[in-house]
Amino acid sequence: MAQEAQKEKSMVLQKEMVEGLFNELTKVKETGKKVCYTFVPGNLSELIRTFDMLPVYPEINALQSAMRKLSGGYIKEAEKHAHSEDVCTYVKCDVGMMLKGNIGPTGQKLPDPDILLLSYTGCFTFMKWFETLKREYPDARVIMLHTPYQENGKMTPEMIQYMVKQLQEEVIPVMEEVSGVKYDETKLKSILKHSKEAGDWIARIFDTTKHKPSPIDAYFAGVYYIGPINIGFRGTPEAVEYYKELYNEIMDRVKKGLGPITPEGEMKEEKYRLVVEGPPNWTNFREFWKIFYDMGAVIVASSYTKVGGVYDMGWRHDPERPLEALAEYCMNCYTNLNLPQRIELLSKCITDYKADGYVTNSIKSCNSFSAGQLAMMREIEDKLEVPVGFIESDLVDPRYFSYSNIKNRLESYFQMLSQRKLIGSEKEPAV
Amino acid sequence: MKNPAEIIAQCRIDSFDLSYTKAKAWKSAGKNRVLIGYMPIYFPREIAHAAGALPVAIFGGGDRKQIIKGDAFYQSYICHIPRSIIELALDNHFEGFDGFIFPSICDVIRNLSGIFRQQKIGSFIKYFDFPQNFSPSIGGTFYQQEMQHVIDYITAITGIEVTAERLNHSIALYNKNRQLIEGIYKVRQDYPWRLTMEELYHVIRAGTVMPVEDHNEILEEIYTYVQNTAGTPQDKVKVVISGAFCEQPAVGLIKAIEEAGCYVVDDDYQLGSRMITGDIDTTSDRPLEALANAFLKQSQYSSSIYDVHDPKEFRLAKIVKDRGADGVIFASASFCDPSLLDAPIFQNAFNKMGIRYIAFQFSENINQYKVIKEQVGAFSDSIKLWEPEPDTLAVK
Repeated sequence: MAQEAQKEKSMVLQKEMVEGLFNELTKVKETGKKVCYTFVPGNLSELIRTFDMLPVYPEINALQSAMRKLSGGYIKEAEKHAHSEDVCTYVKCDVGMMLKGNIGPTGQKLPDPDILLLSYTGCFTFMKWFETLKREYPDARVIMLHTPYQENGKMTPEMIQYMVKQLQEEVIPVMEEVSGVKYDETKLKSILKHSKEAGDWIARIFDTTKHKPSPIDAYFAGVYYIGPINIGFRGTPEAVEYYKELYNEIMDRVKKGLGPITPEGEMKEEKYRLVVEGPPNWTNFREFWKIFYDMGAVIVASSYTKVGGVYDMGWRHDPERPLEALAEYCMNCYTNLNLPQRIELLSKCITDYKADGYVTNSIKSCNSFSAGQLAMMREIEDKLEVPVGFIESDLVDPRYFSYSNIKNRLESYFQMLSQRKLIGSEKEPAV
Repeated sequence: MKNPAEIIAQCRIDSFDLSYTKAKAWKSAGKNRVLIGYMPIYFPREIAHAAGALPVAIFGGGDRKQIIKGDAFYQSYICHIPRSIIELALDNHFEGFDGFIFPSICDVIRNLSGIFRQQKIGSFIKYFDFPQNFSPSIGGTFYQQEMQHVIDYITAITGIEVTAERLNHSIALYNKNRQLIEGIYKVRQDYPWRLTMEELYHVIRAGTVMPVEDHNEILEEIYTYVQNTAGTPQDKVKVVISGAFCEQPAVGLIKAIEEAGCYVVDDDYQLGSRMITGDIDTTSDRPLEALANAFLKQSQYSSSIYDVHDPKEFRLAKIVKDRGADGVIFASASFCDPSLLDAPIFQNAFNKMGIRYIAFQFSENINQYKVIKEQVGAFSDSIKLWEPEPDTLAVK
């Protein structure tokens, strides 16, 4: 019999926040609040909040469907409607869920969108996704915010200006029209102050993995930690409180010299410290995590927790330049970084957090992450002489999670790490 | 000038010359000449021409380049074209190329630009971000800035000042190029047997590896030829090919479709050469603005251009109607996100409109077409034998 998951207090707090949002979504007919479907990377939570709208994130619905073992059925439903087996499974899960009544994670029907806010960052599939949704929701207004790619490793003034003009002339006017709320820059600035503060806390939280043992797992638990900023709570006092609480909890663990909490309790011994590139598999999330913690492997940094914003390198929302801050935020999400930037960021994580290894979880249906991962891996291996591991799975399609395959590969990888550590310790001079 | 058969034979050689002999010969014929390779789908070649560069299309290795190193860069579930482009690069096929342009079409081509940076291939790499905002003052301005970056890269080498006059001249040459290609398509829509799709494919593709002036001469000859030859019609249905805009099918597959009973009267192979419909203004004192406006207002539909204000299914349906086609063949490269994500949109709409279609996937390096040929043959037969005439269908 499976052990019951042990939950940190912060996880409970987050659950309450999420449930609150979904409850509000079920009441929009009574409250008259407008509903805005949008995406995690490059999400304009602060702007949505300025107009008192409620956000819905299709990829969050998809991953939650996967964790509730529903995604397989939804994907098959979409494939019956001409969706290819080889494209993003978030899209198919979302389309399948919609075709089957759009029942959300809480078991209640999600409201139709008033606005499809396509502020996509670093992934072309988002654009295609909303082209599909627009045809399913012909009455929804569509807003496109095009985020330029950091092709040269920079956010240039002209890129920022391009985005600000889109916000001023196209995004904000439609939001005003649909919500019936006038744009209030003072309100936006005040929301952005909380975003800045949340960014500070997040950076501190993910920096605690410098400690040995690491008090958190920055991938498997990390995906919960980024929840509030990725599902519409960035810019709220609740999010700031949540992150303060979380930080205090973590620092308490540091003081006690404790490792991360896993679904089966506290991790007793930290054997390997890893940096992981790529999203997790959601259909078998717990099994996947268990392979790591059973082997004493803790993830000290991951690229996936930066998909909804990169705070490690010092960037924060600037409340005094509200629209520029939103533009910079969108451009600065992980998948909008070019490959050399990604390599630099991950190398910094490996060095700063003294990782023993680097593992790529290559996702079959996510080219935004996957295309280029092998070249990144080779460069990191050459540059830092760190052992690299490679596994393959998918986001929410259970057909592409092969437990034994992944376990075999990881076990071999951990054996290699173990031998390497042994050789390393033999080489160290006796004190 | 040679006769049409000889011209086409030469185009067959030039278009698949993976050593890019003609382009390199052009470069070595003058000082400070610049060669730039551009990936699919579309790149405004006019700006390169005006700055003293020869833009060369890079369509990958097709079925003519064995992949060894390229597979080490990409997982099995990523399309084929980036691995063959990497293979060409690492085997020095692009020696002599100065820079590379990666138009924003999908995540794979975008990240390929990063691999080129990482591998230090070429002296400049430009990911060319096309605007998805179609307001001239917003997206148009951004697009002009993107074009200016490319001009700056090139002129840093050539030292040429890109004046309005130079740009207008280049635009005029490419206008001529597009007019001639469209002229050939117009003749072929009524008389497709005069020039096979395979021949036309080579004629157009050859133009992506040689100066536009030379290509215009070729097109003039071919245009005259298709207008004046008679040819022998065969009992085939007319189809439009959609979805093969980036990774190109092998020529054998292009031929197989026609051999299986279909005249291809429109297609999106090498879409970039026909991306802009109609002429671009050649009289403007702000020619970059003219180029930007043409992209914003005169582009073909494309899987890489956000379309909700001008839905692609109706645009393709109009092409089917205008060309008098009997149906559509959706040919998507395996693992091609933009094409495959569009498939349900097209197919659901065409089911409602009563437009007949089939769909299959290909890879640039496959050269076994038996199954696809049978599928296309069955499609053609079903139209010829059992379906009503197209003019009775609700194609609006």
